Amino acid sequence: MTAPAPGQSGLQVRGLRRHGLQPLSFDLGPGEAMAVTGPSGAGKSLLLRALADLDPNQGQVSLDGVSRSQIPAPHWRRQVAYLPAEPGWWGESVGEHFHDWSAALPLLQRLGLAADADAWPMQRPSTGERLRLALVRALLQSPRVLLLDEPTAALDAAAVRAVEALIADCLHQGMSVLWVSHDPAQAARVARRQLVGGQGRFFESPS
Amino acid sequence: MQNDIALSYRDLACSSLLLWANAALSVRLSLGVERRLLWSGVRMVLQLSLMGWVLALLFAWISPWATGLAALGMVGFAGFETVARQPRRLAGWWAYGLGTGAMLMAAALVTLFALLGALRPDPWYDPRYAIPLLGMILGNTMTGVGLGLNALSNGLVNRQAAVEARLMLGFDRRAALAPVMRDALVSAMMPIINTMSAAGVVALPGMMTGQILGGVPPAQAVKYQILILFLIAGGTGLGSLAAVLGGVYRLTDARHRLRLDRLSRLR
Repeated sequence: MTAPAPGQSGLQVRGLRRHGLQPLSFDLGPGEAMAVTGPSGAGKSLLLRALADLDPNQGQVSLDGVSRSQIPAPHWRRQVAYLPAEPGWWGESVGEHFHDWSAALPLLQRLGLAADADAWPMQRPSTGERLRLALVRALLQSPRVLLLDEPTAALDAAAVRAVEALIADCLHQGMSVLWVSHDPAQAARVARRQLVGGQGRFFESPS
Repeated sequence: MQNDIALSYRDLACSSLLLWANAALSVRLSLGVERRLLWSGVRMVLQLSLMGWVLALLFAWISPWATGLAALGMVGFAGFETVARQPRRLAGWWAYGLGTGAMLMAAALVTLFALLGALRPDPWYDPRYAIPLLGMILGNTMTGVGLGLNALSNGLVNRQAAVEARLMLGFDRRAALAPVMRDALVSAMMPIINTMSAAGVVALPGMMTGQILGGVPPAQAVKYQILILFLIAGGTGLGSLAAVLGGVYRLTDARHRLRLDRLSRLR
């Protein structure tokens, strides 16, 4: 096996555009994090949804040199996982949303979630608990790229630290992370690079 | 036919008092439904009278072309009715095309199945059999298709986050939409399931009642009713399955995205 050519590994975005988003290009290497900031309505969620291919969009997106258009969408989304600000749930109980609860346990406990939460009815977890459950659910797919939309918005300080530490470990293992945050301190803490947006136009701010 | 009682127009006018009474109640309780109630009553009388006239013509002609044309006309109207009952429609041509196509396919298959299988009138297109059969099947299939499409579009809009969560976890579109699709099909089939469950015990179905009032021996009327209910169940199942599958196809795309932008805005 030869290593991928430089510039070919990680996420490569060229001229990505969609309704509400001006053309945007950037590279995100393995183990690299980039914060996405900007006021509400800047198009941050639109950007993440376009990268996950959840809405119609144009432009070239590739992962490790393989173009997205050559990969079936479900397979793409397992590699480029998107965690929305309000994750969705289809089952009656928490456990129904996990293939293998025992595999999820270490991550759940790291994030301060109860080990018996699989039996909870879906009405029971708080907004913050749901966000962490959804994060674990997404991480269990071992994605290459993680698209986070305000993953700590409803969390207390201890839980924020736990999530940030967990994501830092994921970065160490080579995952790439795009992290939408409204908190400038968090953006500076979790990522060295930053995409700043407004009215659908994003540019990388020099750090 | 023995001792059937012919109805006069005065008898009908008399029984229409019940509709007027309902309309008066609606005004009194300010339900606001009186105009629609009376208008649907007027439509019913006009449409049935027209149908009586058309049937008399068709019975006189016994032409496959005239019968086929009348049948197509009925399917076309069923399509309009289905669209009119949908608060959330597919955008553009699909709104009308999907429901109508599904009903045409289901009603034609099931009617032909009955004409060529159980009933075998001579000629097989004899309008005395073909048109009433089609009407019974179409009326119920229309309800099923309408309910199914409504439940599908409402379900997808209300459960968008849940469906997209499944898509994001790598489910394909069929698997991601399966729970909503299942509910849509159940809601489409519920009326005919309820009708069959209650038939004979609680309710005497309209067709059988009509035949008995018209002087047909009950045993014969019962057999016809059983046949009709089987046909209706088949038509409703086929029609709503086609419509809901078509709706799932249209409201997603080849990249396994949920395409709610292909629904027109809520009226």
